[in-house]
Amino acid sequence: MTTSTNLVYLIALPLFSAAALLLLGRIADKWGHIFATLISATVFVIGAIEFFAMQGRTGESRAATQKIFEWISVGTLHVDASLLLDQLSICFVLLISGVGTLIHIYSIAYMSHDHDRRRFFAYLNLFIAAMLLLVLGDSYLNLYVGWEGVGLASYLLIGFWNQKPAYATAAKKAFVANRVGDVGLSLAIMIAFTQFGTVTFAGVKESASGASAGALTAIGAMLLLAAAGKSAQFPLQSWLGDAMAGPTPVSALIHAATMVTAGVYLITRSNFIFDASPMAQLMVVCVGAITLLFGALIGTAKDDIKKALAASTMSQIGYMILATGLGPIGYAFAIMHLLTHGFFKAGMFLGAGSVMHGMNDEVNMRRYGAIGKVMPITAATFGLGYLAILGVPPFAGFYSKDKIIETAFNAGGIKGILLGGATLLGAAITAFYMTRVIVLTFTGTKRWDENAHPHESPFLMWAPMAVLAVGSVASGFLLSSGSALVNWLQPVVNEHHEHHTEEFLPPMVVSVMALVVVAIGVAFAILKYRTVPVVAPQEVSVFTKAARKDLYQDSFNEAVFMRPGQKLTAGLVTTDYKVIDGLVRMVGWVIQTSSTALRAIQNGYVRSYALIMVLGVLALVTAVWLVTL
Amino acid sequence: MDIANYIYLSALLFTIGAIGVVVRRNAIVVFMCVELMLNAANLAFVTFSRVHGNLSGQVASFFTMVVAACEVVVGLAIIVTIYRSRRSASVDDASLLKR
Repeated sequence: MTTSTNLVYLIALPLFSAAALLLLGRIADKWGHIFATLISATVFVIGAIEFFAMQGRTGESRAATQKIFEWISVGTLHVDASLLLDQLSICFVLLISGVGTLIHIYSIAYMSHDHDRRRFFAYLNLFIAAMLLLVLGDSYLNLYVGWEGVGLASYLLIGFWNQKPAYATAAKKAFVANRVGDVGLSLAIMIAFTQFGTVTFAGVKESASGASAGALTAIGAMLLLAAAGKSAQFPLQSWLGDAMAGPTPVSALIHAATMVTAGVYLITRSNFIFDASPMAQLMVVCVGAITLLFGALIGTAKDDIKKALAASTMSQIGYMILATGLGPIGYAFAIMHLLTHGFFKAGMFLGAGSVMHGMNDEVNMRRYGAIGKVMPITAATFGLGYLAILGVPPFAGFYSKDKIIETAFNAGGIKGILLGGATLLGAAITAFYMTRVIVLTFTGTKRWDENAHPHESPFLMWAPMAVLAVGSVASGFLLSSGSALVNWLQPVVNEHHEHHTEEFLPPMVVSVMALVVVAIGVAFAILKYRTVPVVAPQEVSVFTKAARKDLYQDSFNEAVFMRPGQKLTAGLVTTDYKVIDGLVRMVGWVIQTSSTALRAIQNGYVRSYALIMVLGVLALVTAVWLVTL
Repeated sequence: MDIANYIYLSALLFTIGAIGVVVRRNAIVVFMCVELMLNAANLAFVTFSRVHGNLSGQVASFFTMVVAACEVVVGLAIIVTIYRSRRSASVDDASLLKR
């Protein structure tokens, strides 16, 4: 372990910038966006310096730590606010600050007509700070602070245009769904503390080997719940589609490239827990497999370009979660897919934003068509991202997604076949819905609104898209050549190169199979969408109807959780009114009734008062007499 | 001199006064009955003073007379005022303070 003094600036700088932009108010309107972008770029530079410094160190000393201050010291609980920059965190630091900076630049142009642009950039910097704290914290509690921070930033940014009630509702929905996951994380932390007496990653890792299987499975399940909430995995995925209410750069940064991948980070970071609990691993792969198909199916029916991409994000993160459940070898591939996905999905979201920018914020793909001719750069960058997500060699997705499919098949036995089949089916559906997006948006005939005059976006917008497109092309090859990423992450995820003795399928066969199913998906989409009606047809199969409704997840949540929840609260309110308040009211009633009865003696007649006095004196005298007798 | 006779007389006067206060309606009569009760008490005080051979009882009866005099001044003033405004000296009519 090396001690570093620079790590704190990674978080402090954007946090300071966010606070400054929010507190200065209108004064900062003129330069706020440039300031925020420069801060983000500075963070990236610091991250890059740290990365090269890490390259210069070897073995144990690669990871760097910095203790900022002693945070909690109560009884046996000692938590320092410490940062840990190891081989895993640096990947995230570079992704967050790199993609983050590109999206800052893009937003300068995209948000130029918004009078609240300064506030937007303040929130973006707040997000960067929180996300970096999430990946740099050296204990679950530090991570938790960042975890809540990104939830807050996500809420603020989804509801950025909260003057529209639907957008404000979407923000609340995202926040509530995230809270459900957060409960899982806090429970996991509590179980870890009671079992191990520590909440640092290193401490838990040390104690995990001797822990009971039940405790590990419980922690794993709770961590999985947390990951499902943050990463929009089954059964907490319903918020991601609505989260597209936020400005498109937000969707690109938070809801595609970085924040929603926090669940993958959490599981990878907690590899020592999942590796020790096959039960928890099984839950992880199930959630991943269900979500990757779930998201892909939803993606096939969405006409809103951003919602189609959101469904795709859900599905791709399903791939990553599935990979993390496949044991040591899976973690590196999950992180690799996360990084390549960060490039191509952020690029495609920015492309969608660019199209919307030119089409008066129209999101319905049925009103697009033939945009490739007027927006060639957008079409080209989007197209490269498309090839990357399909996994066409030599684009990025080919290296990352095929590895996941291959690892899934190699899981062995019936489990391997099921998981491999799911990932392969997912790849085919992915090819179908992504081709659908491309066909509906960039090719075919014009179905534009009369007022639409699409034009290529300004330089500040297409430059980040171009950079991300280069990443979509090259990142896969760079990360996997010579198993670069796998070797790099080896100290964190304990992968021991004990190469799997029996391979179910050779890599070549898997790649060919993947390409064949992708080709089928593409061909099917091209055939199906030769003509596109402007209004979505209503006479469609039950599957399309279900996919349009997000496979009824919202209805399910409403029927199973929301309505009974409302009934429960209504019941509690009635109980409170009738029982608790009833007791209080009864005391008042008794006093009132008895005093009404006693009031009869207060009749105003002096003689009756006198009589009562006489009787009272007689009673007293009698009592005294009886006592002294 | 039998001490009991004085006490009987005192008790008798007190009882007559108390019954008068309770049964009579005329405020003046009620008032006089109250005076009767006070004087019955005075009689008892004086009696016991003699029995015990000291002057404490006598002093107490003086106090009672002073208080009774003050009470008469205030009480008669109230009765006269009520009579002027209501044309009645009945204590039952003056029952506005009920409830």
